[in-house]
Amino acid sequence: MPKAKVNGVEVEFEPGMTVLQVAELAGEEIPRFCYHERLSIAGNCRMCLVEVKPGPPKPQASCALPAADNQEIFTNTPMVKKAREGVMEFLLINHPLDCPICDQGGECDLQDQAMGYGRDDSRFALNKRAVEEKAMGPLINTVMTRCIQCTRCVRFISEVAGVPEIGLISRGEDVEITTYLGSAVTSELSGNVIDLCPVGALTSKPYAFNARPWELKKTETVDVMDAMGAAIRVDSRGPAVLRVLPRINDEINEEWISDKTRFAVDGLSRQRLDTPYIRENGRLRPATWAEALSLAADRLSAAAPARIGAIAGDLQDAESLKATLDLFRALGSANTDCRQDGMALGTGPRESWLFNATIAGLEEADAILLVGTNPRFEAPVLNARLRRRWLAGALEVGLIGEAADLTYDFDHLGETASALTALAKSRSGFAKVLKSAKAPALIIGAGALSGPQGAAVAHAAAQVAKAFGMSWNVLHTAASRVGGLDMGFIPGEGGLDARTMTAKGALDVLFLLGADEIDLSASDAFRIYLGSHGDAGAHAADLILPGAAYTEKDGLYVNLEGRVQMGQRAVFPKGEAREDWTILRALSERLGKTLPYDSLDQLRARLFADHPTFGQIDWAPKGQADLSAIGAAGEVGDAPLASAVKAFHLTNPVARASVTMAECAALAAGPAKLAAE
Amino acid sequence: MSVRRLAANQPDSFAFSAESVEQAKGWIAKFPEGRQQSAVIPLLWLVQKQQGWVSEPSIRVVAETLGMPVIRVYEIATFYTMFMLEPVGSHALVQVCGTTPCMLRGANDLKAVCQRRFGDRDHLSADGKVTWQEVECLGACSNAPMAAINDYYYEDLTPETFEQILDEFIAGKPRAPGSAIGRQGSAPEGGPQVLSDPALYDGSAAKALKAIPNAEPKKRGKAKEAAQ
Amino acid sequence: MVGILEDKDRIFTNLYGLHDWGLEGAKRRGAWNGVRLILEQTPEWICDQVKASGLRGRGGAGFSTGLKWTFMPKAEGERPHYLVINADESEPGTCKDREILRNDPHLLIEGALIASYAIRAHTCYIYIRGEYVHERERLEAAIKQAYEARLIGKGNVHGWDFDLFVTHGGGAYICGDETALMESLEGKKGQPRLKPPFPAGAGIYGCPTTINNVESIAVVGTILRRGASWFSGFGRPNNTGTKLMAISGHVNRPCVVEETMSIPLKQLLEDHCGGIRGGWGNLKAVIPGGSSVRMIPAHEAETALMDFDSLSALKSGLGTAAVIVMDQSTDIVRAIARLSYFYKHESCGQCTPCREGTGWMWRVMERMATGEAEMKEIDMLLDVASQIEGHTICGLGDAAAWPIQGLFRHFRHEVEERITNYRAGKPHVQGASLQAAE
Repeated sequence: MPKAKVNGVEVEFEPGMTVLQVAELAGEEIPRFCYHERLSIAGNCRMCLVEVKPGPPKPQASCALPAADNQEIFTNTPMVKKAREGVMEFLLINHPLDCPICDQGGECDLQDQAMGYGRDDSRFALNKRAVEEKAMGPLINTVMTRCIQCTRCVRFISEVAGVPEIGLISRGEDVEITTYLGSAVTSELSGNVIDLCPVGALTSKPYAFNARPWELKKTETVDVMDAMGAAIRVDSRGPAVLRVLPRINDEINEEWISDKTRFAVDGLSRQRLDTPYIRENGRLRPATWAEALSLAADRLSAAAPARIGAIAGDLQDAESLKATLDLFRALGSANTDCRQDGMALGTGPRESWLFNATIAGLEEADAILLVGTNPRFEAPVLNARLRRRWLAGALEVGLIGEAADLTYDFDHLGETASALTALAKSRSGFAKVLKSAKAPALIIGAGALSGPQGAAVAHAAAQVAKAFGMSWNVLHTAASRVGGLDMGFIPGEGGLDARTMTAKGALDVLFLLGADEIDLSASDAFRIYLGSHGDAGAHAADLILPGAAYTEKDGLYVNLEGRVQMGQRAVFPKGEAREDWTILRALSERLGKTLPYDSLDQLRARLFADHPTFGQIDWAPKGQADLSAIGAAGEVGDAPLASAVKAFHLTNPVARASVTMAECAALAAGPAKLAAE
Repeated sequence: MSVRRLAANQPDSFAFSAESVEQAKGWIAKFPEGRQQSAVIPLLWLVQKQQGWVSEPSIRVVAETLGMPVIRVYEIATFYTMFMLEPVGSHALVQVCGTTPCMLRGANDLKAVCQRRFGDRDHLSADGKVTWQEVECLGACSNAPMAAINDYYYEDLTPETFEQILDEFIAGKPRAPGSAIGRQGSAPEGGPQVLSDPALYDGSAAKALKAIPNAEPKKRGKAKEAAQ
Repeated sequence: MVGILEDKDRIFTNLYGLHDWGLEGAKRRGAWNGVRLILEQTPEWICDQVKASGLRGRGGAGFSTGLKWTFMPKAEGERPHYLVINADESEPGTCKDREILRNDPHLLIEGALIASYAIRAHTCYIYIRGEYVHERERLEAAIKQAYEARLIGKGNVHGWDFDLFVTHGGGAYICGDETALMESLEGKKGQPRLKPPFPAGAGIYGCPTTINNVESIAVVGTILRRGASWFSGFGRPNNTGTKLMAISGHVNRPCVVEETMSIPLKQLLEDHCGGIRGGWGNLKAVIPGGSSVRMIPAHEAETALMDFDSLSALKSGLGTAAVIVMDQSTDIVRAIARLSYFYKHESCGQCTPCREGTGWMWRVMERMATGEAEMKEIDMLLDVASQIEGHTICGLGDAAAWPIQGLFRHFRHEVEERITNYRAGKPHVQGASLQAAE
């Protein structure tokens, strides 16, 4: 390996590294504004200047300079210091220095670097430049006078998000960051430009003037807005979650999160169920826990085991799923299902419902077939990975299902599942691509697996995967799904599935564990809803048991790869609401079927004992499914394979309660209408 | 220069004329396949030739024609200062070079003429016939001061000759571009002092060379092969 | 005789457009003669000859043209090679390429073919500044003639397939920087690229590219026809050949003229331009190489030679050999302030020191020009200039700093005097003139 000396200290480095990276290897932090590890190199801020030997007698931008063997790098010479101080002065002459009223205050790169390289006075006695505000939609607040033109936002939106809508117009000192005539950014990843912006030019609009970073309690946890399980940090103050930021997890979300993950948090303080409710005379009235639990116990014990059932929702932690499952099995019921959408997976080996290539493993894929999925809406961060592979020219994509703008080109092979059968027989076109690919992957969406023909589609897709040696990857949209399937939260022997349980006359008591995505209009059972939000499930309920939202409980979530991750509680549940498993535990006691765990640790121990995969925290198996065991041969039908996500911003009760998401959804649904206003 | 913005009043639409479409195709054909974006400046120039300025709808049309994001075309239209972002005078777009070499020889007097006759720079004159601008070095410094009027250069100006030329434009009878004092290109005033040797022009230089100096005796094919 | 160079040794024999610019006329003056013989030689031979001639790039930087060509890959790989000719002549004071483009375009076309062969390129783009509409029309007509005569194009008489295209800019000085030009040619904003990668490795469309100035290419045919030693016989060692020089400003007869390198500046001005307005004694200062070099005062102009070494010894530069002459009547502070405005106007806005610094410097220069600045601002201005110089992606930052440094190197006393006079007996009002200027 080549070697270089950084301030006299020798380090070895990988060929191809830049001087900046080599300096960091040696523990020297290099100030920077425009440089970002995950974006292309712009080299425009000039803050990262260093001195190199051999080299010209002037400082060099370390972010863009390839390191060379036997190079000497100096990061602390007078020349370097003077150069950086000069750059800092230039950055500040037209910067408003309005830190006291700036939301970035306290977490601002410019503020931080000015501590090291700023002057204590100003030599610039002229008027400062003012820049007009720009509209960028309901999420991004702009104070463009603060902008230092680093172009991180331009590069992110063009390169990563794949929606080239932000640009740097005009030239010289008049350059301005803007969207085209103030239109909103239409990317699902747009919020990341707020994190990327090194100053307070782009800040979070919903979070504007809410808090200072040092007032916030920071809780590291995982996201439930899709099945990726992105690493997030929940910032809260007192009982309120104020914002969600990404954490770095290179195996899942790198350092991006979707706008839903980031901005749906206002939904955590709206439409909340904060006390038990009982329906009387068609109206819900507040009740005490004692009343509510007694009523639930009475109803459940009065019904025959075959006449009760439980459906689990999409945001549930594994512990509440386990407690529900254990309770219903103890009551003798086989009627349990975690698949509100009726997905035709859940039996057989675990690999059949996993994303076997793993998310990071997609970096090796060279051909991908998407079946009935729109990854841009179902998993925006994963989609950004696909785009990056495609941009690098390393990936060919084929799509069977509804065509959409995925931010990369694809070969549209057909709308319906019959294209699968055709592809399996084909020898030209995309079949040829798959045939010659080294690591082809099939990604099948929840939408394709859910219809009446789900099993047949799954079977046909598996045949294609088999024919071309592809990895089998299920792109779930529900955060709780893999956990539910892993523990067998499906109908037991002779049990009813979710769809049948909601049919008229099917059950006497239907227990809804945060289930809000299923049509309950036909059900005439007594409906008990345990959950956090006054959404579809609560509206249809006869009895409401207020539970905790994902930020209010410790819990395990299994992402689509089968990776078990631990969520942490950031704030306490609202009002009378309790953590879900404790409610189930209390209910079990009233039913005389006391669940055998008194603490979360005991519950987890039981879970790990029953299903060892749950003990493998933060680890994703990278296996392959037995493709012959997936689905069932049958008629695939001629309905177009549609994505499971119709409206990206409104997929779950938290998002539906969010005003921000409602605004985004309206914008996405009718951009023309809004622009005209 | 202040921030370049699109005009407040915009037409509803823009379409390339048949002639412009042909020219646009010609420009696009100059560049390798998939690199049609390279033609964006020439296409915006075609727009400007057709409608006199670059309107917002035309930016969208150019973006569509070249398969570019509209924000990229917007960036380009605002970056390059030759693109006029609002309507210009019906008779003349007068661009007075104001950079030092022209300034040294009287460009400020020309600017004063324009200011007096047409009002503030960068805007339509009151009668809508003229827009004038001060522009940066137009690359005709040995013929300073000068101005470009509707694309062509009028050189060696004085305030008096400049006014005459402007009058001619406003009257719709512009004169041919060039030096206002009859200079031959960039030759010194009074005529060239060099290039008078008749042997340069008698055709003797066209007599086919038999050999070139220092040539290596090589077979043609070999050299070509080496190059390939 | 006027000057040093004799008519028989002039390359640009139609410099003033007195004769036919077209193919017939150009051929009659010797263009295209022997090109077939030249292309029978190897590319290496051509590079060697051009190197031996001592030709240094005529666009301002003065890098050996022949050597630059050798940086290209030795054989065409998967990526095609390109020649790009920089006809984005925008440096204040410079108007020499314009004469080639409109009056001797066939010398350029001929040179483009030879140079492309030397770097194994089959395609060449000429990027001409957008304002040169007439010059572009003339050049396009000449190229059409060359295609029709099958001098260039696929299957041309020279046996080297060669396409030549003209494209144009949109009014941006920065596109004269080679990497900004490549960006602009690709249909982007003209913001200079970071180097490495260098154009010979990855230029336009990521392909190996050589970029040369118009004059550098247009002289190649004649150099090879007449021999490297003919060309290197002019001027001093390391500063050889003939060169187009453009004289503007306060001379009696400004003009563009081809002269030998190393001609004394004084002789150039006296012989070709009829001397300084009001006589040599009336000379104040000369900017000898286009606005981006530091000025030299009259006493230095007395002995300066028009070449790279002599002028850089005077802390100035030959640049494009565009001589801007200023006599005693010149408000020299105002003249440089106007250049500062130029650089502020032409900064692309990409990197911090130039984007922020050029505007700052211009505003302070305006205050200097009126005299309302404070004395301590002089040193501050020079410090700001030094914070820009050498810290930017491209050379525009340096080019903006140098004229100011040149001014204070030689005429600091004038600025100081002006500030003193302005303040004498009047209350100081800060910023008054600046607002007027904006």
